[in-house]
Amino acid sequence: MTEQELLQKIMELDFYIIDLHLYLNTHPEDADAIGMYNDAVLQNRDLRAEYTQKYGMLTSNHCVSAVPWQWIDSPWPWQKAANFELREENV
Amino acid sequence: MWMYDKKLEYPILIKNPNPALAKLIVTQYGGPDGELGAAVRYLSQRFSMLTPQARATLNDIGTEELGHLEMVGTIVRQLIEGLSDREIEEGGFAPYYVDHGLAVYPMSAGGVPFSAATLQSLGDPITDLTENMAAEQKARSTYEYLIRMTDDPDVIGPLKFLREREIVHFQRFGECLGIVQDYLDQKRVFAPQTACES
Repeated sequence: MTEQELLQKIMELDFYIIDLHLYLNTHPEDADAIGMYNDAVLQNRDLRAEYTQKYGMLTSNHCVSAVPWQWIDSPWPWQKAANFELREENV
Repeated sequence: MWMYDKKLEYPILIKNPNPALAKLIVTQYGGPDGELGAAVRYLSQRFSMLTPQARATLNDIGTEELGHLEMVGTIVRQLIEGLSDREIEEGGFAPYYVDHGLAVYPMSAGGVPFSAATLQSLGDPITDLTENMAAEQKARSTYEYLIRMTDDPDVIGPLKFLREREIVHFQRFGECLGIVQDYLDQKRVFAPQTACES
């Protein structure tokens, strides 16, 4: 996967997790949804580790850095360079 | 405590500058029904909320609203980044420009700076959750009005995403209201219990 493909996959999973997380707050007995949540979190953990290893730090205080310090180098989320057009075929 | 993820909740890549549109969309950054007010409202109310479900919902929706604040600020900034003097004047952006340059400032479309007077944190769980359901609907209406003000798909995409989140949040706050009402053993009616009913 390219950096952008990997980032889009992580963003899709993050959103899926955010939405399930809110659902589970008011449906805490839904075992099927908890299973879906856990699967997504585990898959996301692997993808995030791959991203950090290849392309740099994604989350503050939870990623190790190469030298020099990586956090300040990659574009910030509000900059165009950090973004991409959503490609429907990959959604 | 929060962690920061160096990415948006939904990607934003706007190709065409549009200062007139930025001046409208900034209202969802710091206006009366904007994302800053939403985040402050929910993150303040959570301290006194009843039931584990409703506390978690306020905490987590309040957190998501901070991500939406970042998205709206991104839209505004990308719409005004690199404007020429001529584009500023012709886009009707000069009044904003002389006060805030090409920065993002929390204000309404009418130019009123952000105010906590537009939100409430009252400590009555029924009152606070009902306020939040109304707040989500107000934000949904505002996103719909904004979508009608543009035909730029680069802007409409993220605005539609944000509008959909208001609907989901409304649903979750409604569920919290039911849970809290059950907890208080009140009738499931969307009105405060008056003295003559009890």
